Amino acid sequence: MQFAVIVFPGSNCDHDCYHAIKDVLKQPVRFVWHKETSLGDAEVVILPGGFSYGDYLRAGAISRFSPIMKAVSEHAREGRPLLGICNGFQCLTESGLLPGALRRNESLRFVCEEVWLKCETSRTPFTCGIEPDEILKMTIAHGEGNYFCEPGTLAELEDNNQIVFRYTDADGSVSPEANPNGSMNNIAGICNLAGNVVGLMPHPERSCDSLLGGEDGLQMFMSVLRMVASS
Amino acid sequence: MPKALVYVTFKEGVLDPQGEAVRGALSSLGFKGVNEVRVGKFIELELDDTGNVHADLERMCQDLLANPVIEDYRIEMADESTNGEAL
Repeated sequence: MQFAVIVFPGSNCDHDCYHAIKDVLKQPVRFVWHKETSLGDAEVVILPGGFSYGDYLRAGAISRFSPIMKAVSEHAREGRPLLGICNGFQCLTESGLLPGALRRNESLRFVCEEVWLKCETSRTPFTCGIEPDEILKMTIAHGEGNYFCEPGTLAELEDNNQIVFRYTDADGSVSPEANPNGSMNNIAGICNLAGNVVGLMPHPERSCDSLLGGEDGLQMFMSVLRMVASS
Repeated sequence: MPKALVYVTFKEGVLDPQGEAVRGALSSLGFKGVNEVRVGKFIELELDDTGNVHADLERMCQDLLANPVIEDYRIEMADESTNGEAL
């Protein structure tokens, strides 16, 4: 199954994604430079983490105008799997492919640590192989991951089962102490109404190898592989 | 040559942690009368003297300069003789 990893000037997790897909998942993957206009035969598209365009103006604000984003939006509209990780998530909210916005962390500090996440839904292509309520360990590394949306939008996200991951304690309880950045309702990741577009602040691609501290993130890539292969 | 001054700030009700930190720092400097600080962005644009400037500026703010989900913006026009005249 062909994966595409979009590369913006300033992306820095693109090679981690590439490694996870090529060497761990053993699937074909190619980098797509932001100036390209076609995704080719890619069935799964990933917007990686980093600091696209230096985070100028706002994180993700400029990258959404890159030429490739037209094809990425089209891919999303067609209901195909699109994953935004960290800066990729910020790009998805800035481009309106996902609701809400990611503000500066409440602490004003860049947080770089391992977190526990509860998977809230198996309805997305990236979580279909994960049991709801399963607790995963992944890493976060961001300064602007504080999820915000209007109260009405938040209610819709909750009602429509669009919250994909929440920050929790190791035992799975959703507490203020487990919230690393001040996100509303401990939100770590969300999806669009259809479920095919997923954005999250944690880095699944950095948790695909036990040598690097864990394999929980691999489940997201395994999920999409299984879903696309069976469709 | 007209100049537009765009001020971008967090919406009311959106927590501004940076403003909060600045308020705390001012307080520790001994400035006790500061109840709230909002930190925003200031963007200066030099424009051609053509086209529908006001409508364009509005769109620039909506589409790029501000994120309407969390931010408000205010546009002022300035030229050399005035120092920030509200639209």
